[in-house]
Amino acid sequence: MPLELLDSPDLDANKREGLWTLNFGPQHPATHTTLRLVLQLDGEMVMDAEPDIGFLHSGFEKLGEVLDFNQYVTIVDRMNYISPMANEIAWHHAVETLLGIELTPRCKYIRTIFAELMRLHDHLLCLGTCVLDLGGATAFMYAFNERETIYEICERASGQRFHTSYTRVGGLLYDVTDDWVAMVKDFVRKFPKVYRDFSGLVMKNRIFVERTRDVGILSREEAIAGGATGPVARASGVARDLRRDEPYLAYDDFDFDVCASQGGDCYARFQVRMMEMLESIKIIEQAIDKLPQGPIFAADTGKAGMPDKKEVYRSIEGLIHHFESIMPNRQMQAPKESVYAATESPNGELGYYIVGDGSFRAYRARTRPPSLMHFALFSKLIRGCMLSDVVAVLGSINIIAAELDR
Amino acid sequence: MATQINKQLGDNIFLTKLDAAASWARANSLWPMPFATACCGIELMSTAASKHDLSRFGSEVMRFSPRQCDLMIVAGRVVMKMLPVLQRIWLQMPEPKWCISMGACACTGGVFDTYAVVQGVDRFMPVDVYVPGCPPRPEQLIRSIIDLQEKIQSGGTINAREFKLRILPEGPARFDEDELVRIRERNGFKLEDQKYDPVH
Amino acid sequence: MANQSTDPKLSEIETVKLRLSELLLGTSLDWSEFRSQTRVICPAAELLKCLKAFKAVGFDQLTDLTAVDLLEYGNVNDRFEVVYCLLNVDSGLRLIAKTYLNEPDLTIPSATSVWFGADWPEREVYDMFGILFAGHPNFKRLLLPDEFQSFPLRKDYPVKGRGERHNFPVITRAES
Repeated sequence: MPLELLDSPDLDANKREGLWTLNFGPQHPATHTTLRLVLQLDGEMVMDAEPDIGFLHSGFEKLGEVLDFNQYVTIVDRMNYISPMANEIAWHHAVETLLGIELTPRCKYIRTIFAELMRLHDHLLCLGTCVLDLGGATAFMYAFNERETIYEICERASGQRFHTSYTRVGGLLYDVTDDWVAMVKDFVRKFPKVYRDFSGLVMKNRIFVERTRDVGILSREEAIAGGATGPVARASGVARDLRRDEPYLAYDDFDFDVCASQGGDCYARFQVRMMEMLESIKIIEQAIDKLPQGPIFAADTGKAGMPDKKEVYRSIEGLIHHFESIMPNRQMQAPKESVYAATESPNGELGYYIVGDGSFRAYRARTRPPSLMHFALFSKLIRGCMLSDVVAVLGSINIIAAELDR
Repeated sequence: MATQINKQLGDNIFLTKLDAAASWARANSLWPMPFATACCGIELMSTAASKHDLSRFGSEVMRFSPRQCDLMIVAGRVVMKMLPVLQRIWLQMPEPKWCISMGACACTGGVFDTYAVVQGVDRFMPVDVYVPGCPPRPEQLIRSIIDLQEKIQSGGTINAREFKLRILPEGPARFDEDELVRIRERNGFKLEDQKYDPVH
Repeated sequence: MANQSTDPKLSEIETVKLRLSELLLGTSLDWSEFRSQTRVICPAAELLKCLKAFKAVGFDQLTDLTAVDLLEYGNVNDRFEVVYCLLNVDSGLRLIAKTYLNEPDLTIPSATSVWFGADWPEREVYDMFGILFAGHPNFKRLLLPDEFQSFPLRKDYPVKGRGERHNFPVITRAES
């Protein structure tokens, strides 16, 4: 495919005189993944930006029609790879809405803790890589070091640092152990100091503030009409958070605030993310203190939930239950209906539109990626900014190419 | 095998010492070109971060310009739209250069056996070291860098002669050409409409 | 899980239905509900009128725009279903609007005049299914290369493709 010039439809020929085209190609120095921008520049000022995406389109939605609800969670992980378990939680939330399954309290609390840990994971990376792109490598190292602790927590629970495939329909893969609880409590204790170090390096750093203040302003109406959600929308004054407005999992039991800002510029988006990190730690602290005992899978999920492994190996009922849940043609049947269910992923509203067709596979598994809507807004955000602001704006809207392209 | 090639090409003692010195220098200062597309890119960044530090092994800087690198790490899945970009960047890198294919998706297509993902970059590009894993742990990536260093030191030459011998494609057998023609005919797909040649 | 069967939400949706039946006289809308989510089916010929009415009633955000190929679903009369997931940001009310299309006429009006965020999702629906949107400002493929010939998410297209992923020149080490 020749990488040819894309004509931007908005600029007419007169205005295009004197502009030069810069290809911010699929391989670029910013640590944001494979996306391409064709910028029309007037000196240093960006007149127009035409995004060209699809360099990571891997056919996720087609795979959703071939794999069943428990197998697809391995693929869904690989969409927003910065916060993998957030995708799994969103996917299984949608599947459980379709199948009408209610989770046990322990399962809800553990999933909530992981969702908030993934929020920290995502925001740390977003801030770290954006500061790296703006020139400050130290904050990047601090962020990644803290992420290593979260990787260890994920590994203790599920065996994998990343791409854990930890959730199952109606429950989780393994239950968590006491030393996992101790690890999380330890993390909660140590995080505020890291947060203070990090925010001292970044948020009051004169260079960072000057490079991100009043750059890439998104107004409230544009955010709503453009489909922006999550920190990007909240930084423009749309105070909407699915954890409070449409509570799912165990968010009803916790006391936390929704972080929003009126600024709408890059600095506001970063500020919202920093504040959300503090709220996440509050939620994790409350959840790990009140973690209920009990089973992971509800006792009456029928074919949907998996039985305890001890039962599978030691009793015939457990074995039959396991057989009925795993073997194709014997699994739970989804109703021939469709649902749209969304969760508040760190990037925004991650929703799944699943069409069931009477078997344990989705007929259509559509992901509603927050990054797609945000990147479509990019050309509006960048008008009138300088070339060096492109990197700041790209970083602040947190585009993840795998979620964008699927 | 690489040392046998060297012997065939003639080894006076001066040249082999020079080869060894050059290989030692090259192996210990591999500057990676991170072609990070997806999740493996994050593990690559983790490997470069402070816990598993990659710069201990000579990869001090991750230059994003192909003209300044000698090691391309293909980290992540490569899709149809991205493959010509990958090939173009590979061709822009100056000699001597090596390629590590990191992760299951770059080695064989990984979990994505779909219409869009290339089933292994070695079908279309020469690869030196493969790293399995989804994603590979940073320790595995470091191990692969060490393996590549051993490969360079055991078979490297000062004027990069060992690369000229690799004239055959090293990946899996090329897709059956007749099958491709039959598929194209069945779908009314004309080859003349597509002109893309990265080499020339 | 969201528990939306409390009274305030129910009366909100009833007021919405009433206002819509006033705004859209003569258009028959098919309402249904499943797992406390409200769905409405609009006829394809009056789609733009319906979408404008939805926006007027308060659904100011288009959350998602997608399509489903019903070729293998069984017991349906139409081939394609285009789905609009709508949200009222202030009250939090959600609505899923659907419309049905059949071959050979796969053109419907674009929703970009109502919500400009429909831009890229419509291009993606074209890319994956081949459904055309009339009045779109920049209508071309979004995710796949421009010269790609097929529409992959249709049910008659195989998962592994038809050889497009193998159709590239090979570079050997000696020539690079």
